[in-house]
Amino acid sequence: MRNEIFTLRFNREIAKNTFEMTLSGDTAGIAPGQFVNIRLDGFYLRRPISVCDYSEGSLTLIYKVVGHGTEHMSSLTRGARLDLLTGLGNGYDTAPSGLRPLLIGGGAGVPPMYALAKALISEGKMPAVILGFNSAGEVFYEEEFRALGADTYVTTADGSYGIRGFVTDAMDRVRYTYFYTCGPEPMLRAVYGKSVTSGQFSFEERMGCGFGACMGCTCRTKYGNKRICKDGPVLTKEEIVW
Amino acid sequence: MVNTQVTLSGLTLDNPVIPASGTFGYGYEFAEIYDINCLGSFSFKGTTREPRFGNPPPRIAETASGMLNAVGLQNPGIDKVIGEELPKLRRVFHKPVVANISGFSVEEYAECCGRIDREEGVGIIEVNISCPNVHCGGMSFGTSPESAAEVTRAVKAVTSKPVYMKLSPNVTDIAAIARACEDAGADGISLINTLMGMRIDLKRRAPVIKNTTGGLSGPAVFPVALRMVWQVYNAVKIPIIGMGGVTTAEDVIEMMLAGATAVEVGAANLVDPLASKKIVEELPRVMERLNIENLTDIIGGAHNG
Ligand SMILES: Cc1cc2nc3c(=O)[nH]c(=O)nc-3n(C[C@H](O)[C@H](O)[C@H](O)COP(=O)(O)OP(=O)(O)OC[C@H]3O[C@@H](n4cnc5c(N)ncnc54)[C@H](O)[C@@H]3O)c2cc1C
Ligand SMILES: Cc1cc2nc3c(=O)[nH]c(=O)nc-3n(C[C@H](O)[C@H](O)[C@H](O)COP(=O)(O)O)c2cc1C
Ligand code: FES
Repeated sequence: MRNEIFTLRFNREIAKNTFEMTLSGDTAGIAPGQFVNIRLDGFYLRRPISVCDYSEGSLTLIYKVVGHGTEHMSSLTRGARLDLLTGLGNGYDTAPSGLRPLLIGGGAGVPPMYALAKALISEGKMPAVILGFNSAGEVFYEEEFRALGADTYVTTADGSYGIRGFVTDAMDRVRYTYFYTCGPEPMLRAVYGKSVTSGQFSFEERMGCGFGACMGCTCRTKYGNKRICKDGPVLTKEEIVW
Repeated sequence: MVNTQVTLSGLTLDNPVIPASGTFGYGYEFAEIYDINCLGSFSFKGTTREPRFGNPPPRIAETASGMLNAVGLQNPGIDKVIGEELPKLRRVFHKPVVANISGFSVEEYAECCGRIDREEGVGIIEVNISCPNVHCGGMSFGTSPESAAEVTRAVKAVTSKPVYMKLSPNVTDIAAIARACEDAGADGISLINTLMGMRIDLKRRAPVIKNTTGGLSGPAVFPVALRMVWQVYNAVKIPIIGMGGVTTAEDVIEMMLAGATAVEVGAANLVDPLASKKIVEELPRVMERLNIENLTDIIGGAHNG
């Protein structure tokens, strides 16, 4: 964990209620599948947001406005200074991916798939990506994933764009060696049921600290209790207890 | 040079700043980002005889200037705490720690306290009779003078280290309970634990916390905590560790003026992992500004004003 001050460079709406925020600051030690915990003026607890993309000195987050905290984030403008805890969580393990990993992101679970896709590609792997949304207006980052060279499928629940249905309706179209997924819990359960290989799941829980001190986010796994913020947010298919 | 030292039942601390139980784990997460030996001491996570998973999630909710938690005493149990956590903890923290103990029966309190009493690195035993998040235990011992005294007597009978009884604010007469603990032999009083509260999710029309209620802490509770420290100071002669919403060095001074000899810092560590360190560093500057030479001189100082 590190405590760093970041400066906001861009904050723009890229889809319905969905914002992309680019920050400059020290990104040392950040890895795909990890998250940052953001302090916001006027809010007691920090807000956990996944790392979407990063390079030396630059960090990109994508967040959906769902309440007062994310609403406040969407009102921040260029030059705003933000206090972040970075390098939180275990992140994805790319070692077991095989040559053709499948990345499945749903809604606010899409962002961490981007940094992961980049990392896998840099290791010479050829990921396929399924992005699931409710409707056409919520779709984001399809072009960005394609630009990386990843085979990209988009599903919408109402059929207004791409494949009609859920991410699981696109899973039959891809042959994959392993999978990685992040999204709402019902989606994670469906992916768990449908998947034919091993894989990794990223979970959410309400957090007090985000760095392992308060036991506010504990879940049970087959290998004992785990703190989503510290021993997660990524759990393997084998250890999950629904 | 100002003097920040304080003494709790013969144990001298470099400063009165002690991270509160449940908000500092066993110290490791914080040791990653600063040398926690700058602290006066710290109180580790509440320990019970058996390992406990605690309550189902969600366990946390945000409030105005604070938070609710319903962790429910998740801990690995006394065997693992003594066998694994304490040896590990000693590698990152070299001063005596405060051992926070909880229980579901008088016998369990006595058994755990008796065992922790033999641990070299433990300076003070803090007996939590005030956890609002567990049923049939915890807080139920801290809500009547009789049961608080019963636990105190049972623990004192099996320990040689100073015993501090940690009290609940969810009572009508805190002074009576503190007095009962003192009469039963307690060496000091710790207060306050969290105040019982709740939040409702408007969209789901259901409590945010799965356990329905949780314990409120953070700056929202500071004035309540301060008032209770004040009342207990008037009621007993034994030292008080004051806590509840402490966030700054000024808050530490205020708690001490109300009657605390040392101060615990809880929720502040969760939102700013450097909070306790910053308080330790600020304290001498604030003392100079307020013309305080010896911190011990101000304990209960507001009672004469
Ligand atoms: C590890 C992790 C990574 C995340 N990554 C992203 C991301 O990349 N993009 C994105 O849009 N969202 C992400 N979320 C969800 C995001 O944290 C919440 O949407 C956000 O905290 C809501 O804050 P609010 O004040 O707008 O909502 P409110 O409902 O007003 O928040 C009230 C409290 O509940 C907490 N809370 C509410 N919803 C959630 C939730 N789903 N998960 C955890 N805490 C919650 C808040 O942090 C706050 O403490 C992530 C959550 C976790 C745990
Ligand atoms: C997440 C959390 C867990 C806690 N766990 C314990 C515990 O195990 N034992 C205990 O005596 N108090 C526990 N407490 C209470 C604190 O030690 C402290 O008494 C209370 O939070 C008030 O201080 P604060 O306002 O500075 O947080 C916990 C508090 C929080 C926020
Ligand atoms: S949120 Fe505090 S331990 Fe996970």
